[in-house]
Amino acid sequence: MTSPHTRQPDSVQRIMITVLVALLPGIAAYVWQVGAGILVNLAIATAAALAAEALMLRLRKRPLWITLSDGSAVVTAWLIALILPSIAPWWLTVTGVLVAIVMAKHLYGGIGQNPFNPAMAAYCAMIVAYPALMSQWPSVDGADFATQVHLILGGSREIDGITGATALDAMRTGLRNQNDVHSILGTGVFGFAGGRGWEWIAAGYFVGGLFLLARRVITWHLPLGFIVGMGLMAGIFWLVAPESFPSPLFHLASGGAMLAAFFIVTDPVTGASSSLGKFIFAAGVGIIAWIIRTFGVYPDGIAFAVLLMNICVPLINRATQPAPVGKRKSP
Amino acid sequence: MALNSLRGGIEPDAHKKESSETPIRHVPLPSRLVVPLVQSSQESARTIITVGDRVLKGQCIGEAEGAGIAIHAPASGTVAEIGYYPMAHPSGLTSQAIVIEPDGEEHWITYEPLDPATASRDELILRIQASGIVGMGGAVFPSHIKARSKTETLLINGAECEPWITCDDRLMRERASAVVTGSAILAHLTGARQILIGIEDNKPEAIAAMRAAVCDMEPVALKCLDADKITVIAVPTRYPSGGERQLTRILTGIEVPPDKRVTGFGVQCFNVATAYAVCRALLHGESMVSRIVTVTGNVERPGNYETPLGMPIAELIALCGPKPGTTRILMGGPMMGFTLPSLEAPVTKGCNCLIAASAELFPPSEPEQPCIRCGSCVNVCPIELQPFEMYWSSRAKNFDSARQYHLFSCMECGCCAYVCPAHIPLVDYFRFAKSEIRARDEEQKAADQARARFEFRNARLGREKAEKAARMAAKAAETRAKSAGEAALIASAVDRTSAAARTPRDRQS
Repeated sequence: MTSPHTRQPDSVQRIMITVLVALLPGIAAYVWQVGAGILVNLAIATAAALAAEALMLRLRKRPLWITLSDGSAVVTAWLIALILPSIAPWWLTVTGVLVAIVMAKHLYGGIGQNPFNPAMAAYCAMIVAYPALMSQWPSVDGADFATQVHLILGGSREIDGITGATALDAMRTGLRNQNDVHSILGTGVFGFAGGRGWEWIAAGYFVGGLFLLARRVITWHLPLGFIVGMGLMAGIFWLVAPESFPSPLFHLASGGAMLAAFFIVTDPVTGASSSLGKFIFAAGVGIIAWIIRTFGVYPDGIAFAVLLMNICVPLINRATQPAPVGKRKSP
Repeated sequence: MALNSLRGGIEPDAHKKESSETPIRHVPLPSRLVVPLVQSSQESARTIITVGDRVLKGQCIGEAEGAGIAIHAPASGTVAEIGYYPMAHPSGLTSQAIVIEPDGEEHWITYEPLDPATASRDELILRIQASGIVGMGGAVFPSHIKARSKTETLLINGAECEPWITCDDRLMRERASAVVTGSAILAHLTGARQILIGIEDNKPEAIAAMRAAVCDMEPVALKCLDADKITVIAVPTRYPSGGERQLTRILTGIEVPPDKRVTGFGVQCFNVATAYAVCRALLHGESMVSRIVTVTGNVERPGNYETPLGMPIAELIALCGPKPGTTRILMGGPMMGFTLPSLEAPVTKGCNCLIAASAELFPPSEPEQPCIRCGSCVNVCPIELQPFEMYWSSRAKNFDSARQYHLFSCMECGCCAYVCPAHIPLVDYFRFAKSEIRARDEEQKAADQARARFEFRNARLGREKAEKAARMAAKAAETRAKSAGEAALIASAVDRTSAAARTPRDRQS
């Protein structure tokens, strides 16, 4: 037996459980504002992820229990459930989970080895494959729980009146139709910062993120990098032409921005390693996501931005290799 | 005084109270003392006694060779044997040792004390070497070599940051005055203008005792350095604050690169126990024949024991009453120490702590899981390395990459493995990669040497051939010139004769 002979009682499982706990405020806000349908989706995604993980571990002849119980598959499942529309049919969620666990995770060698964020890979695959279903978001005061469950279980999709444009969608459409930001924000879709109702979910993710920071599961470089990246781009354009570009606050409170800042760019496996590298990685995601939102064809560009920055990670790591103590160049 | 913070580091359970609350106890002499000839990181000593000789306690039994140090009889008695014995080393390899059977009389041989104020510097340093003094913090580097190099600031290391170990704590509490005197003498030898004594703040009694000792310094110490040049500093308790480079950074702010020695930065660092030994050797003429060993963990009577060097570890442990469930004995602390392969090994100068480990106190490591790059290891690395990158490279046997991630700057403090949530034995991977790289470098060196030899041989053969050819050519040219000369001579002679012969004929014709 070799040194050190003593270990801190910590585990991958504890980290993953902390992440799940940190998601609870956002999920609670989701249930409060949009309805309890999200819970059904979370359950479906969790079951699918655990089944897929177990299957892949069996096929790859890996020890089953130690990886299945580490919680990483559940985190991926919850993130997928939270980024897909909560009235998406069950098979869409399951397909997304399979893409994440089977293709993005295990085909690359399992936990720790995957270059691409599994949840983001799933989102991109789904939005390319099922663009219509992926754009049907429940409106804040639309469907009751029974209707939501009916839709999730694959019932006929009579969705008039229960879906609504998301804040990002409404803003895009309004700007395309030559309206100015101020008048667009006057419509009923918007609340005090982002989408009415949805901004509370974003606030929930923010609170959960602060919890992760406090528990030192994540460092500040990633969320701040994302916020600075997206906020800076939005801020510059907003200051120059406030009638054509919504404010940084709108961008950060809308879509998946808060979830991305604290739960998605913070995936350690697919991110950069050094503190500076983390900041650059997250800022890059924020910048690209803003560009896609503003000039691209997809309403929210975070998933594509994350995959693009995943590709850059080896380069970032090489460029930001920190010097050990005493080796720093004098300032 | 403003302290610099240690970068990274961890705060494991200290487990100091188990052994720190009882005074230092003396150990009864065992029936045999096994004194290895190698007691430092340098050359082994040369035996100057034979089997059957009677020796006194403190008598030199092995003379210093080269940069090595002398060794001494830890008790009066008879030399029983000179043979090979297992040593306290992870490899369990044997080493040559002198076995002494104590007579129980404890007759000392003390050498003439030296007065640092009047004795020459060379004399004092030679005495340190002849007294067998090495770094007592565990590195066992000969102290006379360090004392010889001049420095600005002298650091005295009383941090004792490893959990469980309390031998320095007890030494400072009980013998602070001698520690301070030894420190002042070391400052005198190295020309240091100030002494900074760093002690972790979980040892308030030791800090108080040392501060009192500085206020009330011995006259002999005051001749070496003024009391106001000595500062006792409480440093925050955070492993590995007691690492030489870490303590240097905390106390002086100087960041020493991993490939440089602290000496090059005007700093020299000695352990408190080393300073104590210097005081005993110079002012009392006592060679180093014992050390304080913390025995703790799963034993009935944990504490600090003044142990004669050469005492078999098994006997020391037996005195402390190992409890059932003891599975192995650790030497050193739990962070950087190792499991003793044999308890027959003797207590040596670097043996600061023995921990009886049980499954309860030191539960076996949980199964290793894949690295998720969470970065916990990066946050705690005191050298600001990226342990997980070194791990990925080492695991893939991509040793060039591991080296680029500064593998050789790693001091194996174990912080990374301590915090790793995936329970990866990171330090093991680093040791493996280092040994592989060293082996490969050796091979490369051997191959380079072979090639150089081969090329030199070819060059030599070529040169010899060329020289031979040149010699041959010169000889040939000489021969040609000679024969040409002869020919010319003959020719001219022939000409002359023929001319002479012809002339009359011409005339005739």
